[in-house]
Amino acid sequence: MPPVASRAEPSLELRDVSKFFGDHAALKSIRLEIHAGDSIFLYGPNGAGKTTLLRLLASLSRATLGEVLFNGRPVERTAGMAQRAVGFASHQSLLYGELTVRENLRFFGSLFGMSGLAKRIEEVLELFNLRDRGGSFVRDLSRGLLQRVTLARAMLHDPTFLLLDEPFTGLDAKSVNRLEEILRRLPGEGKGLLFSTHSFEQGAPLAKRLLMLEAGRMKYLGPLALAPLDSLGITGAAPSDHE
Amino acid sequence: MNNLRVIAAIFVKDLRIEWRNRETLSAMCVFGLLVIFLFNFAFGATGEQALRLLPAVLWVAFAFAGVLGFNRSFAAERENACLEAMMLAPIDAGAIFLGKMLANLFFLAMAEVVMVFAAALWYNFSFLPSLHWFVLIAFLGSLGFVSLGTIFGAIAANTRMREVMLPILLYPISFWILMLSMDSTSNALRGGGGDSLAGGIERVAGFSLVFTIAAYLLFEYVLEE
Amino acid sequence: MKSKFPLSVHLALTLVWFWVAFYMIFLYAPREETMGEVQRIFYIHVPSAWTALLGFIIVFIASVVHLWKQKPLADQVAHAAAEVGFIFCTGVLITGPLWAKPVWGIWWTWDARLTLTFMLWLLYIAYLMLRGYLIQPGRAANLCAVVGVIGFIDVIVDYMAIRWWRTQHPQPVILGGPNSGLDPRMLATLLVSWGAFLCLYFYLVRQRLAVAQARSELSEIRRTLELARTER
Repeated sequence: MPPVASRAEPSLELRDVSKFFGDHAALKSIRLEIHAGDSIFLYGPNGAGKTTLLRLLASLSRATLGEVLFNGRPVERTAGMAQRAVGFASHQSLLYGELTVRENLRFFGSLFGMSGLAKRIEEVLELFNLRDRGGSFVRDLSRGLLQRVTLARAMLHDPTFLLLDEPFTGLDAKSVNRLEEILRRLPGEGKGLLFSTHSFEQGAPLAKRLLMLEAGRMKYLGPLALAPLDSLGITGAAPSDHE
Repeated sequence: MNNLRVIAAIFVKDLRIEWRNRETLSAMCVFGLLVIFLFNFAFGATGEQALRLLPAVLWVAFAFAGVLGFNRSFAAERENACLEAMMLAPIDAGAIFLGKMLANLFFLAMAEVVMVFAAALWYNFSFLPSLHWFVLIAFLGSLGFVSLGTIFGAIAANTRMREVMLPILLYPISFWILMLSMDSTSNALRGGGGDSLAGGIERVAGFSLVFTIAAYLLFEYVLEE
Repeated sequence: MKSKFPLSVHLALTLVWFWVAFYMIFLYAPREETMGEVQRIFYIHVPSAWTALLGFIIVFIASVVHLWKQKPLADQVAHAAAEVGFIFCTGVLITGPLWAKPVWGIWWTWDARLTLTFMLWLLYIAYLMLRGYLIQPGRAANLCAVVGVIGFIDVIVDYMAIRWWRTQHPQPVILGGPNSGLDPRMLATLLVSWGAFLCLYFYLVRQRLAVAQARSELSEIRRTLELARTER
């Protein structure tokens, strides 16, 4: 076993990670470290590798080269610690259509072996203003509601690191405000946040750091305030090629 | 302890979904009944002849009905990428396997009850005198068959033409479990007992156990990307 | 890949060995009394069968090594062993009926070893089809290795189960004790012929492996180029 640096605060790290699909490189030599209290805005055009990067951090996918580390240890050797510490939401809902919202949350919560699950379910439902929707079948939910339940599921087990892929998709103005409020609050509560969105104006105010990807490569990683927007080609207008 | 809770959660979840839409179980039952019906007419057997055919007809029907269920089992998990949601949780692949396998076993057992009733009725045959043996053989044979069906169902879910791939993988490998179950069933229904019956049941149990353990141990490689 | 035993030498050895084997099969081995000349197919049939079985054993070992070490080479070996093994297994199924018809009077019977060979053939097909139909080829290695391992367990199960089933196949005459009745010249022919088949088998596997490795080297180069490509 490699020497493990003892750290007081939890961290999630990509160390020289590349990911190939066939001969195509989706990510090239990524170095990234997220700590509790961090908030990183993941920005880049479609196909830049944002989703792949988030999936690697959630251990849903394996790096071709390099390592994904949790607290300095390879994620596959943390005996579930990494999974407990990570919450992930993607454009797929990861919910069972034939179950109600509460049943879905209860099922996934029980996989985490959570104590006080019933109370926590009510908390996350409250958080996303879903209390009166708890009994609805997931297959009957509108796009926006589904997205809120997806986020509720990701936050259910109170993860230290929250990885959100396009979390604003499909949300109405009120829910967007709500989510922004939550995301702003999280770093102060000792959570690490990494999220992507196609709109720079929407993401920028919510994060301290910016990670810009282009064609699988890191174009910029650093404080948002110092980002050379012009040379990064960020004009301020949202890319219109969003799916 | 933790694993038991996870297995139970997955099992209950599958049952609840099935209870809501009743798609898999009804398809399995109807298909199984059709097989029995077709065989009944194709062979037109009565009396002693029917007794020879019955175990074969039953196990072929079980095997066909099972494949329908296994195919659906992981297709459902692929919708909305729910299988990934399970992999996001700190649980063993083996627990996922056992949860899914037990749910599949439960569905197949339900369908088998329906098929056996139909066969008893249409062949005018009473299972009652050797029911305990029959239930034991059906359970042991189905266990091995379902274990293989669950892991191959998960594998076939990664292929184009998954409905075709599953039987191609499953039938050759579960061949002897089905054959020996058929043979033991025939022995039991004939009222034969003693060594040959016990020996046959032991073999079915042994093979089923070996495949179940292998599938349990190998399942993590099926889930990993 | 440079090797102390180049493929060209391997091919030459295979050809020479087969030349010797054919000489022994047709001229050296004595005529079998009851079956006549047709018995000579035995020297092709049996070695093919042994080789086909060996092929699946290699698939199994390579699969286990792959699952354990996650090395692409093990997966390539398993794939190559299966492809070539399938060809030999098909050979067994073709030469079997050719021999059975004049000797038993039937082309085919569901006796133990025939059933077994047929099932081995089905296993090979399942294994190779799975590789062909996967949506993400990147997952082929692990999924096929799982099928390779369970498939091999099935081969063992087949062997055990078949012993309980009745058989009309000739009982093993080779290792059946001192009085097995096989003429020493026949035994020698059989072994030489098997050697030739093994030599051919490994030649084809190596050939197949060389293609796979060239492909993975090419992919490696492409990947390195991708990574090295400077930002625009």
